[in-house]
Amino acid sequence: MSPLLQLTGVSKTFTMHLQDGIRLPVVAGVAFAVAAGECVALAGPSGAGKSSVLKMIFGNYRCDAGEILVRHGDERIDVARADPRRILKLRRTTIGYVSQFLRAVPRVPAIDVVSEPLLAAGTAREAARTRAGELLARLNVPQRLWGLPPATFSGGEQQRINIARGFLPDLPILLLDEPTASLDSTNRAVVMDLINEKKARGAAIASIVHDDDVRARTADRVIDIARFSAALR
Amino acid sequence: MTDTDAPLLVAEGLTKYYGRQLGCRDVSFSLYEGEVLAVVGESGSGKTTLLQLLSTQLAPSAGRVRYRLRNGATRDLAELGEAERRFLFRTDWGYVHQDAALGLRMNVSAGANVGERLMAVGWRHYGRIRGTATQWLDRVEIDRDRIDDPPLVYSGGMRQRLQIARNLVTQPRLVFMDEPTGGLDASVQARLLDLLRGLVTELGLAAVVVTHDLAVARLLSHRIMVMKGGEVIETGLTDQVLDDPREPYSQLLVSSILPP
Amino acid sequence: MNAPAYNFAYLDEQTKRMIRRAILKAIAIPGYQVPFASREMPMPYGWGTGGVQVTASVLGPDDVLKVIDQGSDDTTNAVSIRKFFAKTAGVRTTTHTAEATLIQTRHRVPETPLTENQILVYQVPIPEPLRFLEPRETETRRLHALADYGLMHVKLYEDIARHGHIATTYAYPVKVDGRYVMDPSPTPKFDNPKMDDCAALQLFGAGREKRIYAIPPHTRVVSLDFEDHPFEASRTPETCALCGADDTFLDEVITDDKGGRLFVCSDSDYCEKRRGAETAA
Repeated sequence: MSPLLQLTGVSKTFTMHLQDGIRLPVVAGVAFAVAAGECVALAGPSGAGKSSVLKMIFGNYRCDAGEILVRHGDERIDVARADPRRILKLRRTTIGYVSQFLRAVPRVPAIDVVSEPLLAAGTAREAARTRAGELLARLNVPQRLWGLPPATFSGGEQQRINIARGFLPDLPILLLDEPTASLDSTNRAVVMDLINEKKARGAAIASIVHDDDVRARTADRVIDIARFSAALR
Repeated sequence: MTDTDAPLLVAEGLTKYYGRQLGCRDVSFSLYEGEVLAVVGESGSGKTTLLQLLSTQLAPSAGRVRYRLRNGATRDLAELGEAERRFLFRTDWGYVHQDAALGLRMNVSAGANVGERLMAVGWRHYGRIRGTATQWLDRVEIDRDRIDDPPLVYSGGMRQRLQIARNLVTQPRLVFMDEPTGGLDASVQARLLDLLRGLVTELGLAAVVVTHDLAVARLLSHRIMVMKGGEVIETGLTDQVLDDPREPYSQLLVSSILPP
Repeated sequence: MNAPAYNFAYLDEQTKRMIRRAILKAIAIPGYQVPFASREMPMPYGWGTGGVQVTASVLGPDDVLKVIDQGSDDTTNAVSIRKFFAKTAGVRTTTHTAEATLIQTRHRVPETPLTENQILVYQVPIPEPLRFLEPRETETRRLHALADYGLMHVKLYEDIARHGHIATTYAYPVKVDGRYVMDPSPTPKFDNPKMDDCAALQLFGAGREKRIYAIPPHTRVVSLDFEDHPFEASRTPETCALCGADDTFLDEVITDDKGGRLFVCSDSDYCEKRRGAETAA
């Protein structure tokens, strides 16, 4: 059974045209794989390119070379070469991404921010909201906040909305960028449980975690991105 | 987004010259049902010309636009007769103008504005027409009591929302929008964008949105096309082009946004 | 003094031919407004020049002409036009609908049902039914060409929204032969049903606007309405004070300054006939 996620020879360089075209290499030759039920942590110092790697897997960043193969049903699709429609489809059905910061859309209540991916996948509104509520409750987000737009929430609250949104649908691949960064120990524990539950259900997870404890409790392997980092050379 | 393989709208090598002045050159793309494409650029980029070419308000100097009708047949829009084109505009398409006054009958009541398309396609029951118009006013968050007021007495934001209702009442599959939030106050813009976003998702609309505002593009669109001087500079997934712009002009555009 | 010699019915023959061509086209396309080269007539615009030109073009020496204005044969207007044709064409004139072969009318249709041997010529001020909603001629021509009549129903919708019912009481728009929407001229809506499946040829002339249109005999003419607000050929619910008719269009006559009033048939010939019949009976 091929891994759910496989990177080979992935490289990225930013060309800053506004600064006389200086080239900022980020990573070169990144290679690793994540199997179903596995959580792989990307480690390395700040600026090594960890977030960039996750973003490339999600299709948010382009990659200049290499392959990012994702198992989608019976096929393996190369995100690096997929056209926009394919990538959008993959994001709905296969790859989830919990970014470091919630991009708060004005006016949309938290419960709808969280249930949106489920709705997009076809779940009925009420059912989606119910499940969203359950997850928010688990993450200790008080019900009185559910009907409010998250723009005014604290950093930790926003991050929990973000996590709920990412964890709610049943996607086989999950990318996590510092999921526990702004959380207290109680909620950190909840997130760790969530990650382990996903693993138990066969999801492949790639995460960036600075907290050693969290990494120890959730990651099966650690990949040192500094090995591939063109930025740090 | 449906899985229909056939695209809804296909532009092939669209080019428009105004005499010797270039409007836009060689624009090609495919748009699928339920997909929103933002066309961004500054004044003179050719984005409005492109929108008018796509909606057959201008004839191209070269290239063509093909559209898949409700019956499944794909037609070259230049070959449609005037009657067919007007029918398409009234039933399958919407066009939201930047200035709502251009897309509304200002002296006729809001209810009649929304009901006009229905009457144009043969609805003859006053009660049902009014009922449908009322539902749409609710949907665009206009107070039902205002149904008999003409848009002349509406605020800018309300007019724009009315224009949207007027366009969506016949459940079009494709909506063209020209700077839909242009000239509106920030809070009004936010409300309108939220409304548009919701309606687009709920109704599975395909849309081509011309805007100079990257925030609007990010919020509403799946794909983005950056234009400058009549040429397409860069095109791709919206978040990709806005977060990882490749071309020099795209990078300039993205970096020019003032933080709030 | 030498009296000027007029060509028969005032207009020269070339002009009559031109107008007849327009009339033929109008008959071939029921309800469609045919442009024509309206001539300068010896009466100002707004006084029936269109109707006069149509009458002049179809009038023959054996015709019997009746002219009515708001149903009456003896208003200034009706009298002047009747005299005009008497002088320039020398035709027999009459006030009796049943005797006439050609009836020129302003703003009313005679109550007496018309026959195959008759032509009714209407005087029309503004021929375009959509004019007040869409001021651009270029656009209204397009709308007619594409049978794009949603706007007409918008007007009726507005009436209902504003007044609770369709408030148009005259010049009530109709659809002719299932195709063109037409302004029947400022006749009361009470008269609209008479235009439907009429045995006579109906011709409409607008002199100032330079348009002619027609409804051939036995053509379907349907008043526009909504399913839940159907057309009603309403009339004042009174009877004529002179002849007792309760199914004709009535004029209101103020009799004193204390609010006294009575209602009489607008169609003076019809009323007279009824009274004559009663006396005879």
